Amino acid sequence: MQKILVCLKRVVDYNVRIRVKPDGTGVVTDGVKMSINPFDEIALEEALRIRERGDASEVIALSIGTDDSQQQLRTGLAMGADRAILVQTDGEVEPLGAARAILKVIEKESPDLVILGKQAIDDDCNQTGQMLAALWDRPQATFASKLEFADGKVTATREVDAGLEVIEVDLPAVVTTDLRLNEPRYVKLPDIMKAKKKPLESIPVADLGAEIAPQLSSSAYEPPSGRSRGIMVNDAAELVSALRDKGLIE
Amino acid sequence: MSKILIIAEHNGSELNPSTAKCVSCASDMSAEAIDIVVLADGAGAIATAAAAIESVSRVLTVDRADNAAPLAAVLAPQIAALAESYDCVLAPSTTFGKDILPRAAALLGVGQISDIMAVLGPRQFKRPIYAGNAIVTVDVPAGMKIVATVRVASYRAAADAASPAPIEAADVDAAIPTHTRFVELQSGSSDRPDLQTARRVVSGGRGVGSEANFEIIYSLADKLGAGVGASRAAVDAGFVPNDMQVGQTGKIIAPELYMAFGISGAIQHLTGIKDAGTIVAVNKDAEAPIFEIADIGLVGDLFQVIPELDKALGG
Ligand SMILES: Cc1cc2nc3c(=O)[nH]c(=O)nc-3n(C[C@H](O)[C@H](O)[C@H](O)COP(=O)(O)OP(=O)(O)OC[C@H]3O[C@@H](n4cnc5c(N)ncnc54)[C@H](O)[C@@H]3O)c2cc1C
Ligand SMILES: Nc1ncnc2c1ncn2[C@@H]1O[C@H](COP(=O)(O)O)[C@@H](O)[C@H]1O
Repeated sequence: MQKILVCLKRVVDYNVRIRVKPDGTGVVTDGVKMSINPFDEIALEEALRIRERGDASEVIALSIGTDDSQQQLRTGLAMGADRAILVQTDGEVEPLGAARAILKVIEKESPDLVILGKQAIDDDCNQTGQMLAALWDRPQATFASKLEFADGKVTATREVDAGLEVIEVDLPAVVTTDLRLNEPRYVKLPDIMKAKKKPLESIPVADLGAEIAPQLSSSAYEPPSGRSRGIMVNDAAELVSALRDKGLIE
Repeated sequence: MSKILIIAEHNGSELNPSTAKCVSCASDMSAEAIDIVVLADGAGAIATAAAAIESVSRVLTVDRADNAAPLAAVLAPQIAALAESYDCVLAPSTTFGKDILPRAAALLGVGQISDIMAVLGPRQFKRPIYAGNAIVTVDVPAGMKIVATVRVASYRAAADAASPAPIEAADVDAAIPTHTRFVELQSGSSDRPDLQTARRVVSGGRGVGSEANFEIIYSLADKLGAGVGASRAAVDAGFVPNDMQVGQTGKIIAPELYMAFGISGAIQHLTGIKDAGTIVAVNKDAEAPIFEIADIGLVGDLFQVIPELDKALGG
């Protein structure tokens, strides 16, 4: 395999407590810690492991977003990606738009494998990889927890509701990652210094000729109807009688 | 007035209850027709079950050997072809629907709405984002085909119909790729009630400590006739198989009773149980965040509490 393309989305860090803006126009992102989407870190880690064991020669990190996404691409380079591409846009990007932009980059780079996260933890859409595979007319192996490569094929183990599904797909292919695929490495300080010298190309989205304008509109954001603290009981007997009182057990 | 097509989920022989939940969601959309399509290799019994759901206008079957396994690359072109004559296409937000529907949406050139939790109007929906920490209202512009997955925990299964809907074989003209092949399904399943439909669920977390220790969770579940769930930490540690994970990246469930043992209550776990009727938490740490949302909390060691529960439950 020659090239692996990995998609890295800049998202609010998973440890941040999300708050909806009082006027309902969105969630608070000012001054909030931003990170690589956790599933995308796993995607990058997998690509690096494939390259390190000699099954691929180059790993390219790709992000679609504002110039701020360069931070996450630099982190990706520090983890070990060889080079990075930013498709620069100031507008909102929906999964179909992202898939269309990624397809344009694929047409330029001809990767053998594209790895994305199964879902971005901000929009929780779980769509982009599947949409990309459709537009590219190539196989998809979503929610992967294990990948094996041989003879131009990938055998992927997928986490599905019924258990683990194994499928075989021909390369080139799109893979989306589940949490148990691997544990991403930590970035070391010297690698951060080295990453500064690695190439990061910025391409304005207009130059790619991809139609990425959002199709849907979001009109209002609100906090979920919360659950509140209930009662505390002192022992198992009290618990059982509380459940019986509610008619939940016989 | 619109025509809705629902993609049936099944395991090759039985209809999954997620399909009837999609019908409930569709019923909120003031549709003129709600059709279900069964893509299968041997659709017979599955189609009969689909036809018995209330409010269903018609069941279509696409019976072919290619449809033996639920491969997105195989099903999506057929769904896209069928979608031509519908205004709206729905699938459940299970791993089945999440895998296939975005592929069909992209073939149709339309954006998808994931995880509808409420229908506000024929073209306006609510969906959760940020692991359920915010709810957003999404509007679909007039004239655009609606392609959406339904958050099954937000809906009850539609009731049985008084008389069954007609079943018809559909002709689908779609090129089926050969680049994707099904190998096998390694099922972690047991005889216990299915996690996504069980009325009661007993879950264990890292606090359970080991695969062997999980026996205590199973035995309590069996006593209650409950399904068994787990936190991500318990799955990652190898105590239980992946299909038992509850949460943002596992199963989103809504049982009447959810009992969590040795689970701290991380936000990603709580996302999966927000719609449960009653949440019970047993944790030895009085400060565990799960107590902030539990309806009934008990501070204690699960290895002491569960045997006492067994005794208090009798039998
Ligand atoms: C992107 C992303 C997605 C995620 N998705 C999910 C998901 O879908 N589902 C999920 O569950 N997690 C998910 N997580 C992980 C989540 O953040 C937590 O790490 C996880 O839920 C913790 O599991 P736990 O509560 O079992 O373990 P811990 O947080 O380690 O808690 C163990 C608890 O057990 C208690 N305990 C220990 N011994 C005993 C005893 N003898 N008796 C009683 N109590 C005891 C302790 O006091 C503690 O509260 C996700 C994380 C990320 C980043
Ligand atoms: N703007 C983006 N930039 C880079 N990758 C993206 C972007 N949007 C989506 N992705 C990729 O697609 C995956 C799924 O995203 P989503 O469909 O939004 O849940 C993410 O985990 C990323 O790998």
